[in-house]
Amino acid sequence: MNNPPDISQDSKEYEEYAHGIRKHVRGYLMVGATLLVFTGITVALSYVHFGTQKANIAVAMLVATFKAGLVAAIFMHLAAEKRLIYRILVFTGFFVLGLFWLTFLAWYDYPIFR
Amino acid sequence: MEIPYTISTRPDTGLWNAKIGIWLFLASEVMLFGGLFSAYIFLRIDAPPGMWPHGLLNVPVGTMNTAILIMSSVTVVLAWASLKMRKYNAYWWYMLATILCGIIFLTVKLAYEWPQKFDHFGIYIKTEALGKYEQYLGNEYAAEKGLAPRVEITGHLHNRAALKDPNIKEYEVALDPLNADPTNAEMDRPHFWPKPATEKIATIEKEDVQYATMFEPRHSAYFASYFTITGLHGLHVLGGVLVFIYMWLPVSKRLYQRNPEHLANRVEVSGLFWHFVDLIWIFVFPLFYLL
Repeated sequence: MNNPPDISQDSKEYEEYAHGIRKHVRGYLMVGATLLVFTGITVALSYVHFGTQKANIAVAMLVATFKAGLVAAIFMHLAAEKRLIYRILVFTGFFVLGLFWLTFLAWYDYPIFR
Repeated sequence: MEIPYTISTRPDTGLWNAKIGIWLFLASEVMLFGGLFSAYIFLRIDAPPGMWPHGLLNVPVGTMNTAILIMSSVTVVLAWASLKMRKYNAYWWYMLATILCGIIFLTVKLAYEWPQKFDHFGIYIKTEALGKYEQYLGNEYAAEKGLAPRVEITGHLHNRAALKDPNIKEYEVALDPLNADPTNAEMDRPHFWPKPATEKIATIEKEDVQYATMFEPRHSAYFASYFTITGLHGLHVLGGVLVFIYMWLPVSKRLYQRNPEHLANRVEVSGLFWHFVDLIWIFVFPLFYLL
């Protein structure tokens, strides 16, 4: 039927497959360690004064985007995914930017604050 | 009827069904959190100088919670890899570690961080009365140093009855270090290790008060967005933990014995959700705790 019982019953083929996963595990541990180090860096950088508050926010968001990118690319396997998922994400990006833009427009609806 | 394509890929999409399902769900989650983050951005841009609080949250505790969430993301992906390698025992332990990390995260948030805020008092002083409390606010000093103006006195409320009783005409507050010693340069910026409220008591007359409240959502746009976003995030953590508990229980071992790849795929999609929850926190942590 639709669901074959297992990925592979052939022991040699399975060994090769398991070896591939084992290689990934090292990568996952390295990414985890990198994320922890960058959490420390985020905290440390917030006590460095980069001139303006805006500059501090920009630096922190840059580090956060890098960390989020690592999580998405490695843990969520987006580095190598099927095309359909990228398509879904392009739509998501488009609509979430639209959402931000709508809030931005509404922000100008109240001239007393501007 | 058997659910189709739980393991094998559907020819037209090239994916097994749950994988598409979870990504569509995550897309809707991006919209949900996106709306809240865009509200946060514009509330923050709109806040007048001095009206967006800094250093009110416990940074070491927040950092620890961030680390816990990152470690749980590692353990869940290792749990999945263990299933792929057909090592159920390792899977069981990694899953347990993930569940425990989630529970610790929630406990710290709900039993430590939030209650502490609900017990912290803030008093916004009327503009015309600011001079009267200069000894606690140090606005002349702040203006000299180019710091944001200070309009709020914070600390621990001693006479709690004053909150409800209109006959009590003043608040007695054990001051936070900034208000106890406002011209001390050490207080210009928040500290990594939070300092407890001092022994110094200030008496603030109610007629000088714009409004006073515990650090609850109504305290400020800052706390309103903090509680909304961390609350919604906490619900996601709770949901993830419940799903992981189900996959860790013996009922899932039976699925493993029947079809290990099916359980691996279930763990993969719930893991994707868990990583997304971690990803949201990666932005929440600096925005609320550090900046």
